Amino acid sequence: MVSVLSSRVSAPEATAPEPRRRGSIARGRRRLGIAYATPMAVLVAVFFVVPLGLMLWMSVNHWPLVGASAPNGVENFAALSDPLFLRAVGFTLKYTAVTTVVLGLVAFGLALLVQHDRPGTGFVRTVFFLPSAVGLASTSLLFYGLFTTDSSALNQVAGFLGLGRVDWLGSEGSSLGSTVGMITWRFAGFYMLILMTGLQAIDPELYEAARIDGANRRQILWRVTLPLLRPTLALAMVLSLTGSLLAFDQFFILTGGRHDTATVVIDIYREAFLSQDLGRAAAVSVATLAVLIVLNFAQLRLIRREGR
Amino acid sequence: MIRGAGRHVTSAALAVLFLLPLLWTLYSSLTGRQAGESGTGNYRRLADYGSGLGTYLLNTTVVALVAVSVTVVTTTLGGYAMARLAFPGRNLLFLVTLAILMVPYTTILVPLYLLLGWLGLQNSLIGLGLVLAVLQLPFGLFMMRNSFEALPIELEEAALIDGCSAGGALWRVLLRGVLPGIVTIALFSFLAAWNEFVAPLIFLTDGEKFTLPVALFNLQSGSLGSVDFGALQAGVVVSALPCVAVFLVLQRYYVRGFTSGALKG
Repeated sequence: MVSVLSSRVSAPEATAPEPRRRGSIARGRRRLGIAYATPMAVLVAVFFVVPLGLMLWMSVNHWPLVGASAPNGVENFAALSDPLFLRAVGFTLKYTAVTTVVLGLVAFGLALLVQHDRPGTGFVRTVFFLPSAVGLASTSLLFYGLFTTDSSALNQVAGFLGLGRVDWLGSEGSSLGSTVGMITWRFAGFYMLILMTGLQAIDPELYEAARIDGANRRQILWRVTLPLLRPTLALAMVLSLTGSLLAFDQFFILTGGRHDTATVVIDIYREAFLSQDLGRAAAVSVATLAVLIVLNFAQLRLIRREGR
Repeated sequence: MIRGAGRHVTSAALAVLFLLPLLWTLYSSLTGRQAGESGTGNYRRLADYGSGLGTYLLNTTVVALVAVSVTVVTTTLGGYAMARLAFPGRNLLFLVTLAILMVPYTTILVPLYLLLGWLGLQNSLIGLGLVLAVLQLPFGLFMMRNSFEALPIELEEAALIDGCSAGGALWRVLLRGVLPGIVTIALFSFLAAWNEFVAPLIFLTDGEKFTLPVALFNLQSGSLGSVDFGALQAGVVVSALPCVAVFLVLQRYYVRGFTSGALKG
């Protein structure tokens, strides 16, 4: 999906069949091209380009949910120094760091476990991937039941282990841990698959050569597998970072977007639809977007350099 | 490093761990809340919840169908144009469409909300479906452009020589060749639209119009007092079941879809 980002961006030259009446046929194909591309161009313009421009315009206007808007310069950007917003930024960064590390390690472990075709691995791969078919909102509602009902399997096990009544979502720390656990369950199979394709693309002769040179399994992992897997690892990291920085569903559903577990997107939602201040929400969005674009470009450069 | 039998034991143990939450939900959805209530009690209460489970399922289906059909039609036509037809603005359109990937839609939700209002598409399942289709355009366009490029040019030439117009060649000959790509796109956009939570939460204001995830969220946030966990777990099963089924039937396409090109660093 996001591999799109790293591949060639310019469209190739059109390869029209060699025509006898070149001029009129080329003109016909050009017209056909415009006709075929129009529906998509209209959708992209109306539902992407216009809202993007509108967001920039809104960010420099006082824009209540109901009522007239008025220009107010950069005043909306004062929302960026709001303590609640700063807290949301801090929490989002913490969550992103923990998720990326935990998810990366688990997915890599799973990929190593099932990378070779052996009897039964097909089934196990499918099982690992199965949670990825369940929507994030459904996953959050499922785990809400696991975390908060005394009769849930999770709390039964906790009781059996003598942990007593565990408050999985009680504090900032426990909510973070519980959510990372849930996200790992939901996404590990997805990242496993990405890493697996990377592992399988490594030339087996390189492993052969390393073994002949007397390298043990640990050395092969560190000296051969990991360096060659770097582009794929970087791709997985980009996906995980972007996804986590924009987290919404999981915290909105599990903790109701409580202040100590509010993310940046939850803050945008709150500014827009609870405080009914669309201008401030747009300003926060613009800032978030700017950070993400800078981050994306930095990551792309990283992937490109390591990939060559 | 785990080898041999240890690998099998580890795999099996982890597989159980991954299946457990799903099995628990299924089990608790079938366990009656009160004594004497039969196994389907949770599902019956869910069916009667709010505007009725049928309404929510229908709404979600409408949104998903709009998203899937719009995505498939526009990216098939657009992908063919990108791959085979020269037209002014082609590179610009390609770049702007790919830029959708760089701009997470959650950051433009607020202006989209206003825009839908101006277009008379607020609180509309069609409007929601269109927005969700746009999110799938970059992947769809990329997929279809590559699919058309992978077809031998001779195929199209033969059709043209046999008297097809360029449009006719697309319909009668090429569509068959890009079918795997179309299935992949349809699958991705179906799952994404079916499971979407934030956009319907914001765009749909009328309870009658809610999609399943939003309706379940309302059930969970307990607008009626205490949370009905039995009905909630039944709802999770109902919303997850089509996705799991679709994935199991079409997993060959699904896996190919997101691993294709993943290696190009």
